[in-house]
Amino acid sequence: MKSELISRKYLIPPELSDRVFKIITAIAAFVVIALMVAFFVQLVWYSMPSIRQFGFKFIISTEWDPVKNVFGALPSIVGTLITTSIAVAIAVPISFIAAMFLVESAPPCIQIPVSYALDLLAAIPSIIFGMWGLFVFVPFMQDYIQPFLAETLHLKSLPVFGDVYNGFGFLTAGLILALMILPFICAVMRDVFKMVPAVLKESAFGAGATSWEVSMGITMKYGARGMLGAVFLGLGRAVGETMAVLFIIGNSQNLSYSLFSGGTTIAATLANNFAEADGIFMSSLFELGLILLAMSFCIQIVGQLWLNRVSRKMGER
Amino acid sequence: MIDSRTDKVKISVRKLNFHYGNHQALFNNNLDIIANKVTAVIGPSGCGKSTHLRAYNRIFELYNDQRATGTISIDGTNILDKSVNVLELRRKIGMIFQKPTPFPMSVFDNVAYGLKLHFKVKRHELQERVEQALRGASLWEEVKDKLKKSGMALSGGQQQRLCIARAIAAKPEILLMDEPTSAIDPVGTLKVEELINELKQQFTIVIVTHNMQQAARISDNTAFFYEGVIIEYDETEKIFTNPKEKQTENYITGRFG
Repeated sequence: MKSELISRKYLIPPELSDRVFKIITAIAAFVVIALMVAFFVQLVWYSMPSIRQFGFKFIISTEWDPVKNVFGALPSIVGTLITTSIAVAIAVPISFIAAMFLVESAPPCIQIPVSYALDLLAAIPSIIFGMWGLFVFVPFMQDYIQPFLAETLHLKSLPVFGDVYNGFGFLTAGLILALMILPFICAVMRDVFKMVPAVLKESAFGAGATSWEVSMGITMKYGARGMLGAVFLGLGRAVGETMAVLFIIGNSQNLSYSLFSGGTTIAATLANNFAEADGIFMSSLFELGLILLAMSFCIQIVGQLWLNRVSRKMGER
Repeated sequence: MIDSRTDKVKISVRKLNFHYGNHQALFNNNLDIIANKVTAVIGPSGCGKSTHLRAYNRIFELYNDQRATGTISIDGTNILDKSVNVLELRRKIGMIFQKPTPFPMSVFDNVAYGLKLHFKVKRHELQERVEQALRGASLWEEVKDKLKKSGMALSGGQQQRLCIARAIAAKPEILLMDEPTSAIDPVGTLKVEELINELKQQFTIVIVTHNMQQAARISDNTAFFYEGVIIEYDETEKIFTNPKEKQTENYITGRFG
């Protein structure tokens, strides 16, 4: 039986729908920006008492005395920088090599399960890393790693290590952070390497390059942008990580340059003190938060500039 | 008639069979590629032209499920033999792909790459050899002022000639071209074709093409492939004017393919 085709009905009249679409997307985009600005304004607002009272000294002072209401951010800032540096220095080369192996030379029977494991690992909540760190990794550091570094390798004479250790501290926190961001970075790098066109690699192999030469000369250059992106994602995560660090950093406001000694990070200081803070104490914590936000922001900007430079070098623009 | 007694045979293929896993793609291919000639490989899509070519430099070995049996003798040595140094083999055989494959680096470094993979070259000598290779690929005049620019910023036709320059910089003896002009515009195609004509004085060239006019224009000999079998191999003129096999005739007259 033949039936006539009936024109479909529109929920929104077609002459309006384009405009509605534009408005909806614009609102969504605006919300993102508004949130960002609101956060920043709020942080600055609540930080003002602390900024007025301590001024620039807040950043370079190591004093932290809630009783006398005197606060300095230096121990937290230094701790954040140290733990993040350790984490990135360890996680990046390992992720790079692992991702290279997964994409370039692993047989499917290894590649597929390891790939799934990576994605799962990247999704483990940080509190679990914290608990595991506290109950398993800290004793392990105290019994094996730290004695090995201090005694067997005789690093205890160096001021950056020292001979006092109890498992907690910068080094342990940095290692936990490294474990946390490693699957993250590795998974992104794996995806980046996978995107290198097969014909490009074939072309290098066809010119007589070895696997190593293809990986280092072609895959890495082609994926440079994505790799840097992966590093900065990991970096961003490490800088702001709270729970995993809180348990194992030692939470000491004394500034020490020994990797074995306890310390704190900005995020750990905030989490430890928010509950009982008020007045100028509270304001100081907000200023710390502002500094953390600024640090993350700087990392993003440096990362973006670096990416632009790399892509200019490769001639994409 | 191609006479392997009077012409110098560069590549001699005997009983070449090729498998992708359980799927057989080539059946008992026999072919004598003559030195310093352009040999075209034609046939409909999926007939095994590229597969055949990819056996010559053993590039198929990158993939676990691909294997070739039979012999491919280059200057008398069976290169399918495991004892052959595959890196040296690939230096001797340059390969150009369907899509231009400039590496993510400068024009200069692209050309220097092939050279530095195999030879220890001093800096000033490198300059000279890169220029030589670029001149050899008729690209020098167009890129001499942008050697430091990325190879990826060139036009498609220029990119393909850059790849040819990169290949000839490593001093190969054979050039394999797998549909080298299918991704570039007519002007670029013309330049590459002119280049191929010049290059055959120095190199033995095997070119896969789905463009029959191209095969007729640039090749000396032509092999017609159909479903993994070499149906006919003869001088290009004979193939296109007076083919012996019915299938060849049907293909070149455009009745299928």
